[in-house]
Amino acid sequence: MAVVAFREALNQAMSEEMERDPNVFLMGEEVAQYQGAYKVSQGMLQKFGEKRVIDTPITEAGFAGLGIGAAMIGLRPIVEMMTWNFAILAFDQLFNNAAKVRYMSGGQFKVPIVVRGPSGAAHALGSQHSQSLESVLAHVPGLIVVAPSTPADGKGLLKSAIRDDNPVMFMESEMMYGQKGEVPDGEYIIPLGVGDVKREGKDVTIIAWSKMLHVALAAAEQLAKEGVEAEIIDPRTIRPLDETMILNSVKKTNRCVIVEEAWPFASVGKEISSRIYSKAFDFLDAPIEHVNGADVPMPYAHNLEKLMLPSIPRVVDAVKKVLYR
Amino acid sequence: MATVLSMKEPKETKKIRWKDLGLSSAQLIDFYKRMLLIRRFEERAAQEYGKSKIGGFCHLYIGQEAVGVGAIEALREDDYIFSAYRDHGHALARGMDPKVIMAELFGKFTGCSKGMGGSMHMFDASKNFMGGYGIVGGHIPLAAGTAFGSKYLGKDSVTICFFGEAAANQGVFHETLNLAALWKLPVVFICENNRYGMGTAVERAHAVWDIYQKASAYDMKRGWFDGMDVIESYRAVKAAVDHARQSNEPTLLEARTYRFRGHSMSDPIHGHYRTKEEVEEQKKSDPVPRFGEELLHAGILTQKAVDDMEAEIKTIVNQAVEFADQSPEPPADFLRENVYS
Repeated sequence: MAVVAFREALNQAMSEEMERDPNVFLMGEEVAQYQGAYKVSQGMLQKFGEKRVIDTPITEAGFAGLGIGAAMIGLRPIVEMMTWNFAILAFDQLFNNAAKVRYMSGGQFKVPIVVRGPSGAAHALGSQHSQSLESVLAHVPGLIVVAPSTPADGKGLLKSAIRDDNPVMFMESEMMYGQKGEVPDGEYIIPLGVGDVKREGKDVTIIAWSKMLHVALAAAEQLAKEGVEAEIIDPRTIRPLDETMILNSVKKTNRCVIVEEAWPFASVGKEISSRIYSKAFDFLDAPIEHVNGADVPMPYAHNLEKLMLPSIPRVVDAVKKVLYR
Repeated sequence: MATVLSMKEPKETKKIRWKDLGLSSAQLIDFYKRMLLIRRFEERAAQEYGKSKIGGFCHLYIGQEAVGVGAIEALREDDYIFSAYRDHGHALARGMDPKVIMAELFGKFTGCSKGMGGSMHMFDASKNFMGGYGIVGGHIPLAAGTAFGSKYLGKDSVTICFFGEAAANQGVFHETLNLAALWKLPVVFICENNRYGMGTAVERAHAVWDIYQKASAYDMKRGWFDGMDVIESYRAVKAAVDHARQSNEPTLLEARTYRFRGHSMSDPIHGHYRTKEEVEEQKKSDPVPRFGEELLHAGILTQKAVDDMEAEIKTIVNQAVEFADQSPEPPADFLRENVYS
């Protein structure tokens, strides 16, 4: 098993799929000549040429819509958004066209497109560059939403996303692109909609994805020293959600903390807790605790940015709360 | 309602104005017949809307028939068409069965979108009719996408994209024109300027009233034509489509047209934003009798042929309504079908 950085795992996924299927192409701002704003597409222009690795102007709605049209006639575009914050300009295309063409045409057209890019806060990027919008995307029927947390998951899920016939919104993280991890050699595919137990435990279930998974894992290490064994569940795909895995874990531990970077109002975590309350209420020994980003736009000041985001101590505190410790 | 065409001399003699286009008499008659079919279909749709057989928003194409018919006649079967929410006429011009279009309006399972789309979302994959879209201007980049796809796949299909003049103020219109010009995509943008974005006149919404000139910012080929004249529509679109096919260059065409009905069924014919006199004045250039009279004058069409055509279309529309009426609604479990593949 090779150890590779997250960006390299994503690069492998795209490159392998482009080798496999000539209808797959990559399009986005700075993906070609510049080698990717975050170097995810490094070397791909040289490998596949400018027909298939395409620099776009800064025109998110335009090239997202163009990708959707191309997908309607059988191409499989990978559209890189420099960040999901910029993709907001293309949400009309994603919500009204990508998500609905199949349904409103009575199944005559499909839209096999992947829209991918970094989501969430990095360091000191301020209000407009630091948003976690997975609940906004996951709200829309017709869209699949993926938020991987490790290089291996990133690779396996991106390959599935490219092969999938649905529009897949693939949310990465600027902070994780350099993070290294083992990626299985050879063809590696993870099906969409299947979560993963990242750490086994019996005392409490912590649900987290993307960057927050790592906050949860660090909190679990600290809790272990205090004799608390946390089970850490990563849904990996936000929609469709691996509800079975979540319910099974909660039924085992009887306690649950949900950690997410996004704002608390109408968040994915709230969707998960709602499902747990309706389907595993009797198994709960304590109300579910949520650890979210604060309900404010992201501030620039370093101290306040830190305060805005979920942190290891906040997760530890939440776990102690559900354990009544 | 019967059509009685006037035999009086047209103001301009245009007998031979289509000679250079290589159109046969049969094609010319077909132009007229398609326009007449759209007119009668839409009149009937209005009646059925009044009877609550059709719901939601329903935007009629009455007055604009020459644009859709002339433009779509200029295409090959493997070319792609995108429409906006005023899409019944385009669907009929493409040769989609009036039965499945009426059934779609009725929300029936036999409709062209299985009853899931409705008036604004007619689709037919088998005819490369890529759909009607209801967000003003939101479908324009999709048309650049199929054009991009044709080029990527090494095919010489051309895409045409209809939208109203109000869509030309949307950001994605400009984003798409830039991409299409920059990447040399085989797409023809057809702006149907019917002079009102719902109730807002061009003069009150556009800093530049010549919509086709907006393409100048992208150094794109551009032009306008009389959208009340099916021959001019065919001529302009054919030239642009041929050019796109040969050179992969896009064109923006502005069809100057007029709608004789309200914006949608819930809008009166003139309302507060235009006068009855204006509508009546515009009706003098009604594209359907205008072309019919021209054909009659040229000896291509006879009054008898027109009468027969009216009767035939009446039957077609009646049968469409009957078919739609008798068709089943989508089954309840279809609610959750086709959300995902």
